[in-house]
Amino acid sequence: MYKYDTYDQAMVDARVAEFRDQVHRRLDGSLPEDKFRPLRLMNGLYLQLHAYMLRVAVPYGTLSSAQMRVLGDIADKYDRGYGHFTTRQNIQYNWIKLEDAPDILADLAKVEMHAIQTSGNCIRNISSDQYAGAAADELVDPRPYAELLRQWSSFHPEFSYLPRKFKIAVIASATDRAAMRLHDIGIEIVKNDKGEIGAAFYVGGGMGRTPMIAPCINAFVPLDQLVTYSEACLRVYNRYGRRDNKYKARIKILVHELGKKEYTRQVEAEFAHLLTQGIEPPLAELERIKAQFADPAFESGLTDSVDRSDPDFALWVDRNTAAHRVPGYAIVTISLKPVGGIPGDASADQIRLMADLAKEYAFDELRVTHAQNIVLAHVKKADLHALWTRLDEAGLSTANLDTIGDIIACPGLDYCSLANARSIPVAQKISERFAGREGELGEIKLKISGCINACGHHHAGHIGILGVDRKGVENYQLLLGGSEGADTSLGQITGPGFDEDGIVGAIETATGVYLANKEGEERFLDTYRRIGMAPFKEAIYG
Amino acid sequence: MVEAQIRFRDDEPVGDPAVTADSFGDQTNASAVRIEPGDDARALLPHLDRIRLVEVNFPGFGDGRGYSAARILREAGYAGELRAVGDVAVDQLNALRRCGFDAFAPEVPMNPADAERAFATWPDVYQPTTDGRAPIWKLRHG
Ligand code: SF4
Repeated sequence: MYKYDTYDQAMVDARVAEFRDQVHRRLDGSLPEDKFRPLRLMNGLYLQLHAYMLRVAVPYGTLSSAQMRVLGDIADKYDRGYGHFTTRQNIQYNWIKLEDAPDILADLAKVEMHAIQTSGNCIRNISSDQYAGAAADELVDPRPYAELLRQWSSFHPEFSYLPRKFKIAVIASATDRAAMRLHDIGIEIVKNDKGEIGAAFYVGGGMGRTPMIAPCINAFVPLDQLVTYSEACLRVYNRYGRRDNKYKARIKILVHELGKKEYTRQVEAEFAHLLTQGIEPPLAELERIKAQFADPAFESGLTDSVDRSDPDFALWVDRNTAAHRVPGYAIVTISLKPVGGIPGDASADQIRLMADLAKEYAFDELRVTHAQNIVLAHVKKADLHALWTRLDEAGLSTANLDTIGDIIACPGLDYCSLANARSIPVAQKISERFAGREGELGEIKLKISGCINACGHHHAGHIGILGVDRKGVENYQLLLGGSEGADTSLGQITGPGFDEDGIVGAIETATGVYLANKEGEERFLDTYRRIGMAPFKEAIYG
Repeated sequence: MVEAQIRFRDDEPVGDPAVTADSFGDQTNASAVRIEPGDDARALLPHLDRIRLVEVNFPGFGDGRGYSAARILREAGYAGELRAVGDVAVDQLNALRRCGFDAFAPEVPMNPADAERAFATWPDVYQPTTDGRAPIWKLRHG
């Protein structure tokens, strides 16, 4: 894992001091709210329906046990004993007092953490593959590149007042687990014909009210031009992105309106200019960072066999573990989606327990996933049963990864001031209705957003739910056929919306159509793609 | 012209009125120009030798196009005064300065002590700009 040196630490400490001063000026009245707002947003502090919400950055989703432990302690000390893991691999606290925010940032800084740029019209915390460094299918560990870009994008003097928020994801495997092409910039680390490593840039993807899949604008940017190319992409956006309408201000609209060709031409021209400016860190800096992501001390000669005599344990192994590139190890996903629970929520005790388990069983490291779960990336297969037993005692052994119960849901009307409808109660109802049918229904990615801003990624769900306001009543639209993997697609609306019970019934009907038409090993999404929308529509509305 | 509250230059401030970017090309004796967020700073590059003051207007501090305009001018070698005008407050000073602004004429005067603190916010910086500060990667690797 990346460790701060004195420079990184000094930057974060300076930010805490700066924000303490800003909060002080806000509280004494010398800094008006309209001026304070963008400053607090750049430190992850939102004003929600009932209280302030603080979003803490988890760069590329990776955490140490010590950091995770502090996240649990903050939940106890400053919140109501819970933390909420988000679709951007961050954690947020929903019940924060403004006066406490500088102290929380100071607590975080002690373990090399912060809330920098987790909100606001700036380059947000960079996300990555939750299986980085462990996945059997990856080219290289993508996180050193993400860390290089984290430093470049932190407090960037030119890009602090962009037209809109800006999200970057970095991956390095063909199986895209980070929804890379639904980001403002998606970077895939690739190898060219000559065997050199470089970066493919996909620019202009996003969800929100106008979802778009990012086109590739450059298939191979050499590693010693990564920062310069990113800067060129951002400068063109900062200068020409729309500022007249906040709903048209994301880079996806610029790329769409200019066309991929013209946007790319402008980026290449800016890039040629910036190459003369000496803004690229030397490759030695990338090497310095890479060294900190070196493999942990894996043991060799371990067995791959697992005692499956306990059926509950065997089911969890099948559902919640993935192939590791080193024999004898597995990647474990801890589901934060218990039946009837709030997706992504964990209590302070659960957070601290996961920290302890990471220390004991997983080389001191955890990951937050964009599906709002926690990953222990390197667990010895021989330890799986002991780990599962400890998780089970704490209510953390739900075996439902990538099934209908593994729901992504935004905070919705229970917390969010922009919401049209509640997301959480719908997620809870669906989770209860389908509990126990995970095996029968197989892989289904179900995603819920409480309004068109799409924080719950409903466009990218095999089944998506969008909360809308219909004449003052909460109403839910159903979408089918979205996907965020290597086969990214956007879901289509089935037809008129439903009330809260109606939407659960409609999903039941849709799964019925799937089961009746399924061929062989087809997943819900495969069947939908083969037979199309019509049979679903007919069954739901017919 | 708007009087600067803070100025990091020793030369005499330009007294001429700043003309708009559109008319600047035609007014061959003008030495001060004012650019708005939508103006292309690169249109000034052919005239840099006769420009002594560029005012960059920020009608609202949330519109960050002026930061790119400033860097583009400095990257092209512009050495005259670069003045941030309009809705500019202490919390923007540091980034503005790093992008090449060396004079500040906020519409609401700033508290000088707050401003001084703002310029000193960062012990070091991650990104190189034309302000000459060595980025952290340079300090790490020499
Ligand atoms: S999708 Fe809408 S309701 Fe949900 S968190 Fe985002 S803005 Fe709020």
